[in-house]
Amino acid sequence: MTDLTAPLQVEDLLDRLEIELRREIAARELTDPAMIGIHSGGVWLAQHLHRRLGLQDPLGLLNISFYRDDFSQLGMHPMVTPSRLPFSVEGRDILLIDDVLYTGRTIRAALNEIFDYGRPACVVLGVLIERDGRQIPIRADCCGTHLTLAAGQRVKLTGPDPLQLEIRSVSL
Amino acid sequence: MAASPASHDLQLDSQGRLRHFLTIEGLSRELLLRIMDVAESFGSVTEQTVKKVPLLRGKSVVNLFFENSTRTLATFELAAKRLSADVLNLNIRTSSTAKGETLLDTIRNLEAMQVDIFVVRHAESGAAHFIARHCAPHVSVINGGDGRHAHPTQAMLDMFTIRRAKGADFGRLKLAIVGDILHSRVARSQIAALKTLGAGEIRVVAPKTLLPAQVESLGVVPYTDLDAGLAGVDVVMMLRLQKERMSGAYLPSESEYFRCFGLTERRLAKAKPDAIVMHPGPINRGVEIDSSVADGPQSVILQQVGHGIAVRMAVLSLSTPGGAP
Repeated sequence: MTDLTAPLQVEDLLDRLEIELRREIAARELTDPAMIGIHSGGVWLAQHLHRRLGLQDPLGLLNISFYRDDFSQLGMHPMVTPSRLPFSVEGRDILLIDDVLYTGRTIRAALNEIFDYGRPACVVLGVLIERDGRQIPIRADCCGTHLTLAAGQRVKLTGPDPLQLEIRSVSL
Repeated sequence: MAASPASHDLQLDSQGRLRHFLTIEGLSRELLLRIMDVAESFGSVTEQTVKKVPLLRGKSVVNLFFENSTRTLATFELAAKRLSADVLNLNIRTSSTAKGETLLDTIRNLEAMQVDIFVVRHAESGAAHFIARHCAPHVSVINGGDGRHAHPTQAMLDMFTIRRAKGADFGRLKLAIVGDILHSRVARSQIAALKTLGAGEIRVVAPKTLLPAQVESLGVVPYTDLDAGLAGVDVVMMLRLQKERMSGAYLPSESEYFRCFGLTERRLAKAKPDAIVMHPGPINRGVEIDSSVADGPQSVILQQVGHGIAVRMAVLSLSTPGGAP
C-alpha cells in the first residue's frame, strides 16, 4: 500500500459543494429541504453544510449497513450506529450527502432505506468527490470535484476533526 | 440427549463468529455486548414506515416448536420478518412426529426445502444442540428454549433490558432471580449471561425445594427468604411458577407460595427505590407476582417483550453464515 498526499483541500471542495447545493435548491425552488448524511463521512460533511445552509430541521443520519448488497458475502458490518431521521421524509425535499460517489452501491442502499421511512418529494445527491467507477446508473446532482483515479486507487475522507482527504493504492 | 461439553465450540466458527446460538456458556463478553449493540441499532427499524430491513432477504427461517409458546414464537417470527426473511412456523406436536417420524428425519426433510435457519424449542434438554450437530453446514440453529437447559435469547433480551434501564456497568448491580430456579432454563441462561457480563452480585431466591443442590457453585448467593433476598437489589428477575410443580411434592399450595415468595408492593419496597421488576412471561398473577407490581411503575415486563424482537433480530443476523466478527 502506497500513501500519496493528495492536493485536495476539503475546505475548498466543501465551498464548491455548498455553492452547487444552493444553485440546485434555487433552480428546483426548494423552500424547506431536509438534509441526511450517510454514516460516517457523509455525516461529517453534512454537519458543516447543514449549518452553512441554515436548515430548519435537525440533520438526519443514515447508516446503510442493513441495506448493503454485500451482506451475504461480508455479513454484519461491525460497529453499527443506527440511522436516525428526526423528521418525516414523506413529501419532503431531501438533500442526501456523502463523501465519495464511487460504485453507486451505497447510494442505492441509502435510497432504499430512505424510501422505507416514507416517500420523499425529491432527493438531491450532493457528494464531496464524484470519481469514476460507477457500477450502477447513479450520478450526483452536486459535487465538490470530479476525479479520475487508477483502478487500484481509493480516495478516503478521514475526520471528523480535521477533515482530510487521502488517496491510497490498494492491492486488487 | 444431554448437551456435551464440546457443544460450546459448536456455536462458533474457526474465526470465533457465531454459527449457531445454543447456549450462553462459552460465549465471550465481547460477543454478548455485540449482540446487544446490534439489537440496539435495530431500534430505528420500528420507526420506519416500512418496518423492515433487507438483511435476510431470500433466507428461510423455520420456527420448529415442539413445545407451546406464544411470546417466543411471535417475537422470533416478527424478528425474522423485520429482517425480510421468509418464515415458516411448524408446531411439530401436531405434525409428522406424531406419526412416528424421528427428529432427524424431520430436519432432513426441511433441509431439502433449502431452509437457512432453524429456531428450535423442545421439551428435551439438548435438542437444539442435537440438530446443530446433524444439520447441513450452511444451516444455522438457534435455541428457543430446550428442556431445563437453556433459553439464551430470553437471557439476552433480559440483559438488554437491564442495560437499557441501569446502564452498561453490570459490576455495580445487585440482582435477584426469584422463583423456580431448579427447573428454569431461563434462570440458568440468565446466570450464565450475568456472570459473563461481570454482574456485581447475583442472588437466587426460592424455597429450598426449588433450589438446585450446590447452587453456590454457579457463583450465586442463595436465599430462602424473599425479604432478605430482595434487600437493596437493583433488579428483580421473577420466574414463572409452572402450575405442574404444584401437583408434585415441591410446594404446598399456590396461596402458600404467594404468601412466602409472591412479589407484592410491600416486598418490593425492600429493594432499591429505583429497582426494576422483570418477568419472562406469561405471568401468573397472584401466584408469583401481584398485579399491582406487574402493572406498576417499576415493571419493565412489557418493555422486555419489545426488546425480545430487537435481540432476536440481532441473533438471527449475526448467526447467518458470513457474519462478521
